Amino acid sequence: MHAIETSLIDWSRAQFALTAMYHWLFVPLTLGLGLIMAIMETIYLRTGKEFWKQTAKFWMKLFGINFAIGVATGIILEFEFGTNWSNYSWFVGDIFGTPLAIEGIMAFFMEATFIAVMFFGWNKVGKKTHLTSTWLTWGGASISALWILVANAWMQYPAGMKFNPDVVRNEMASFWEVLLSPVALNKFFHTILSGWMVGAAFVIGISCWYLMKKRNEEFAKQSIKVAAVVGVVSVVLLVYTGDGSAHQVAQKQPMKLAAMEGLYQGQKDAGLVVFGILNPDKESYDDGKDPFLFNWQVPKLLSWLAFRDSKAFVPGINDLINGGYETYDGAPTLSVDEKIQRGKTALQALSDYRVSKKTDEAQAAVHLKTLEDNYDYFGYGYISSPKQVVPPVGLTFYSFHLMVIFGAFFILLFLVVLYLTYKKDISKFKWLHIVCLISIPLAYITSQAGWIVAEVGRQPWVIQDILPTFAAVSRVSTGSVQLTFFLFLIIFTVLLIAEIGIMVKQIKKGPNLEKIKN
Amino acid sequence: MDYPFFQQYWWFLIALLGGLLVFLLFVQGGQTLLFVVAKNELERKMLVNSLGRKWEFTFTTLVTFGGAFFASFPLFYSTSFGGAYWVWMLILVCFVLQAVSYEFRTKAGNIFGQKGYEIFLFINGLLGTILLGAAVATFFTGSEFSVAKENLTNPVMPVISSWENPLHGLEAALNVRNLLLGLAVFFLSRTLASLYFMNNIADSTVFARAKKQVLFNAVPFLVCFLTFLIWTLCVEGFAVNSEGEVYMQKYKYFENLMEMPIVLVLFLVGVVVLLYGLIRSQSKKAFTGGIWFAGVGTVLAVLCLFLIAGYNNTSYYPSTYGDLQSSLTIYNSSSSFFTLKVMSIVSLLIPFVLAYIVYAWRSIDKKKIDAAEMQDVKNIAY
Repeated sequence: MHAIETSLIDWSRAQFALTAMYHWLFVPLTLGLGLIMAIMETIYLRTGKEFWKQTAKFWMKLFGINFAIGVATGIILEFEFGTNWSNYSWFVGDIFGTPLAIEGIMAFFMEATFIAVMFFGWNKVGKKTHLTSTWLTWGGASISALWILVANAWMQYPAGMKFNPDVVRNEMASFWEVLLSPVALNKFFHTILSGWMVGAAFVIGISCWYLMKKRNEEFAKQSIKVAAVVGVVSVVLLVYTGDGSAHQVAQKQPMKLAAMEGLYQGQKDAGLVVFGILNPDKESYDDGKDPFLFNWQVPKLLSWLAFRDSKAFVPGINDLINGGYETYDGAPTLSVDEKIQRGKTALQALSDYRVSKKTDEAQAAVHLKTLEDNYDYFGYGYISSPKQVVPPVGLTFYSFHLMVIFGAFFILLFLVVLYLTYKKDISKFKWLHIVCLISIPLAYITSQAGWIVAEVGRQPWVIQDILPTFAAVSRVSTGSVQLTFFLFLIIFTVLLIAEIGIMVKQIKKGPNLEKIKN
Repeated sequence: MDYPFFQQYWWFLIALLGGLLVFLLFVQGGQTLLFVVAKNELERKMLVNSLGRKWEFTFTTLVTFGGAFFASFPLFYSTSFGGAYWVWMLILVCFVLQAVSYEFRTKAGNIFGQKGYEIFLFINGLLGTILLGAAVATFFTGSEFSVAKENLTNPVMPVISSWENPLHGLEAALNVRNLLLGLAVFFLSRTLASLYFMNNIADSTVFARAKKQVLFNAVPFLVCFLTFLIWTLCVEGFAVNSEGEVYMQKYKYFENLMEMPIVLVLFLVGVVVLLYGLIRSQSKKAFTGGIWFAGVGTVLAVLCLFLIAGYNNTSYYPSTYGDLQSSLTIYNSSSSFFTLKVMSIVSLLIPFVLAYIVYAWRSIDKKKIDAAEMQDVKNIAY
């Protein structure tokens, strides 16, 4: 029996990252623009002004173009858990499949049904029914996000499950623990709010282009008024949920937090790195080299964010590997070597249990007890060296800081835009128009960076501590995965270029506001 | 209600979703008729817009079919998708191409031009239907895979399911019996599409051409389907004994029909209703209801095919690679009792989902698509 090749894992990960990141280019806009156009149509229903109908319709047109490619990239993800992560699908399918199925039943049909009414029902259903359909299209997208994020959160913090050694898989023990885990709730709100931010940046940026070109100015100003409110609400709540997320990470995934901060040696009164350059010569956690060339910290803030106590000890990568420190709750900690040992004990106990089960029930019960006692470290049984449990620090660190710095920029930007659009004549601030236009790609970068932190930061785990990415893969040839990787790369890239091309043409064409008098 | 009840209930839901999916593949069939039923741009626009208001239902049903299979029978999901890699990947690529085509087809700046996206739609209609049909046929013909749960305790090769054919699923499309069902689904989807055009588009030329296509496609459909059916009923099937052991049994699927009279009746009703829809659409001058009869018939017939593959002590995903005992049954591949119960509560939402789909469908289709609507620039159209 051949061992799983490292290259198969790498290419399978690359393919999943590629498809997820492409999908995540389109979903945030669906979530954000969907909300903004639904608000605009609501204003139309309330005021009865044709202007708002046409304004909503224009943004809906862009929504539709974006939605189509979002759907195209999404179907791959739904099936990729099976095609490329078949072992994962069996090992946790009993829990992970449920949110995906519910997503299909509750969310996808809602989106698919009401988007048709939204686009084709203008003269066929009443105004209120139409508006309801627009809200339900957005609602379906948001519910879809809820279920897939519940699924993702469960991978970061596996709750509400029990391992069944007879069928060698984890089984759901509590649906509510899966759905209402604090990680899931935070992740859901943080993620959909980031979509609102992207939507707001998109609408403001494009509206500013019209202001720069001195055309459709009323349309642009009114669009900015709606989007700026959505933008400010989103960034304020993003700070709140981001803080919640970091707090959760500190409790549940301390290694991810250490990588996010480039923290190798744990400390009390730990400061939060606001800006820093990592030392490229540092190759291993234990080579003794300084992790930073330069960094600027806010004293004690990391301790406070992590444990709500500015004096708390925040473990670094070395502490997490060597163990021996006390957690904030006073619990002792194991070294990774000890965890690997316990993981191997768990794997062996499972193997022994399965053999004994056929012949000796009493002996099987003993093995089962050993397995249960060590199950928390099951995934470590596949780890061969402590170095493997350190995620890519550079990518995690820079992605996290990019997200935070750009996030802070958007707080400032949306507040300025909100002030100028309601208190001054925003069409006169040419510098701001350019800044807002450039901010569109920045919003996407911020959003993608967030995903990288979440997904790269938890490596090597596909399910925290329970299953490493390595053991989750499908047994297909590396060549096949390489081929599909490049197939998707080409298809998605070309379709993205087509999407941008179509969007640009539609934007240049502009809204259909001729002959409208308000 | 015990564990087997929920396993059977979820197999029924999978079968129902499968039936609905095959019915909704009329969208794919229609995509292969764009240059047959339409002879000019305006007619083609009518066809594309008629299909364009329905394509998401098919797409969503496919995705939900995958999600529901994952949730209820995860060992199938992991074994089949992770093993028959290429057949599923090709199906997915076909649907990726479809998803953008309606929206992008006529828009300026779309790179491939209108023709390019029409080719994408054609590819989806051709390959999507044939490969899906061939994949479903493996429920009766088997696949070469092995399942070894003890592998999980091997730190260097922990993968449980292995596909033992190097073609990784492409071999399914090269098997004649699988291909027969694939072609049957392809011609059925074109037949249903023609009936749908007759119902959904108010244009006498389109109606006449679509009517002809019903006949041209129904005949090869019936030939392929009946050959597949008779062949399948006559050969050995994958039976399971009370110990859960899989063995080969002559006329297994025929016996399943005989031993499950409700399924037999439903199947016959499905076939009769389908045929009635086809014949009446040909014999009567202006009959537009054929799609409903043929649609209901399709759902019933496919539902029953799934039921005879999975019910009555049968392995629905048989392994033909040396070890028959790797074969999957609805009992050895399902989710846990608890998860199936949770999912069953969720499934109570399905009638509400169906209700709003029917409502939306009716409100959009109240007025048939016609040339005037397509020429009105105020309307949003593909």
